Amino acid sequence: MNRFDYVRAGTVAEAVQAFGAGARFIAGGTNLIDLMKYDVEKPGRLIDITRLPLDKIEAHGNGLRIGALATNAKVAYDDRVAERYPLLRNAILAGASAQLRNAASTGGNLLQRTRCYYFYDTATACNKREPGSGCPAIGGMNRIHAIFGTSENCIATHPSDMCIALAALEATVQVSGPQGDRSIPFSEFHRLPGDTPETDTNLAPGEIIVAVDLPESRFPQHYTYLKLRDRLSYAFALVSVAAALELDGDTVKTARLALGGVAHKPWRNREAEALLEGKPATRESFQAAADLIVSEAQPQSENGFKIDLARRAIVRGLEQAAAGTPQSLSDKRIQ
Amino acid sequence: MRLENQPPVSADTPIGITLTINGQRRELQVAPWTTLLDLLRERLDLTGTKKGCDHGQCGACTVLVNGTRVNSCLTLAVMKDGAEITTVEGLAGLGDRAGSNALHPIQEAFIEHDAFQCGYCTPGQLCSSVGLMNEGHAHTRDEIREAMSGNICRCGAYTNIVDAIEDVMQGGAR
Ligand SMILES: Cc1cc2nc3c(=O)[nH]c(=O)nc-3n(C[C@H](O)[C@H](O)[C@H](O)COP(=O)(O)OP(=O)(O)OC[C@H]3O[C@@H](n4cnc5c(N)ncnc54)[C@H](O)[C@@H]3O)c2cc1C
Ligand code: SF4
Ligand code: FES
Ligand code: FES
Repeated sequence: MNRFDYVRAGTVAEAVQAFGAGARFIAGGTNLIDLMKYDVEKPGRLIDITRLPLDKIEAHGNGLRIGALATNAKVAYDDRVAERYPLLRNAILAGASAQLRNAASTGGNLLQRTRCYYFYDTATACNKREPGSGCPAIGGMNRIHAIFGTSENCIATHPSDMCIALAALEATVQVSGPQGDRSIPFSEFHRLPGDTPETDTNLAPGEIIVAVDLPESRFPQHYTYLKLRDRLSYAFALVSVAAALELDGDTVKTARLALGGVAHKPWRNREAEALLEGKPATRESFQAAADLIVSEAQPQSENGFKIDLARRAIVRGLEQAAAGTPQSLSDKRIQ
Repeated sequence: MRLENQPPVSADTPIGITLTINGQRRELQVAPWTTLLDLLRERLDLTGTKKGCDHGQCGACTVLVNGTRVNSCLTLAVMKDGAEITTVEGLAGLGDRAGSNALHPIQEAFIEHDAFQCGYCTPGQLCSSVGLMNEGHAHTRDEIREAMSGNICRCGAYTNIVDAIEDVMQGGAR
């Protein structure tokens, strides 16, 4: 690990003010310290934000405001989240381990970096780590990489589970920075790699996430978070599906579908969601939506299996949501 | 020392922190890049806590911070200023027999159920088990398995570890 200055901020303004070139905020540290040990991150200054008063979960309009420092565990086990946003709870609990969730923060989860092997290995090229150096994952080891929204510069995925649920729930990210405060709709928070894969999000340098807002609860019954991975726990998603439905009898009134493990950001396809609306909640409808989504998929040399996996996971996820039988967090059999 | 509102501490200056480790209050000077794990093992000779992967992937370094289990390899000691830390060396002092020098019930249960082989993962498994019971979210066997998935056991003592935890949760091994 490199040497760095350490500042402990007492207020958001202080934290923003302490920011400068080469500085990083640190919350749970579970991603940043890991990357620092690999010399992927070499901050000249760490700004410890753990003492900021941002760890509350409180009512906000008809929704809920989750402070950026509320731990993943605190959010998952909050009674209001369990009752009104069980999709979020399940997505969080499908990720990492109990120890990591106890440390990891809401803001840090949004800003965690890709798990691409080359990104982590400073002996190799990587456009995300070193812009312009190339992308060895293309044509290399890319079994875990993206099938949607890739560019010729980067095919990495965003590894978060929580963010997939937040995308489906259409959360809003509240930030504060040198330019003042602003709100970012979740769909605009993360970005596709394009020509600048070094930039994961639309957060400006020095901006700090202060909260994530959830809108009014609409999917307390018909939801699921289905995560498929190489082992049944403590592993990142190969493909995951957050599905949420509002039903009118057997007819789909509203459909939200976000995929994880397949793109540089939580992947949504509004056309497929629209296609479901007004249709009967049947396997046939779900298959049509899944077919539409995967018709845009582009496989790499080793990850073609993700296309069929995604198609099947979407259908199964929608079936689980429609039936009101979300994927169990402890019984790993997929019903 | 409270650092709020103070100028940044430059890279060469050790930082004064206070930690209560296994019930003992300690004033320490640490470099900011010292992980809690390295502080415990290298500086304080509390080598019960193990370094397996040093990257959050194995759970061998699990300790309790204010009663909550975390990976000590992925946290900086300076960030925990003011916290109470419990390592495997301090488990015996927790609970109803504090001060008696007797083992913690979970330690007895691990012995009873043969819940280890080489023992390298065991300190982390023990602290994690106590953390799990403090949290109170796991009730069934499947839930215990899932909630313990952050602790890898290369020897594969999993079944017996879950037996030991179940036993203590049901009030056994006392
Ligand atoms: C072994 C392992 C397995 C994992 N498995 C999973 C998994 O299955 N699913 C999953 O979703 N995640 C998984 N994770 C990732 C974990 O969820 C993240 O590391 C965690 O959420 C990051 O949060 P943090 O508070 O620790 O972030 P930090 O490490 O403190 O920070 C991460 C980044 O965010 C920035 N930052 C933090 N807070 C703010 C803020 N408020 N404003 C602005 N910037 C901020 C930091 O500067 C840094 O760049 C795993 C991690 C490990 C180590
Ligand atoms: S996929 Fe992205 S992160 Fe991975 S090597 Fe290529 S540029 Fe780097
Ligand atoms: S040493 Fe910390 S998790 Fe492996
Ligand atoms: S007892 Fe050997 S690793 Fe668990």
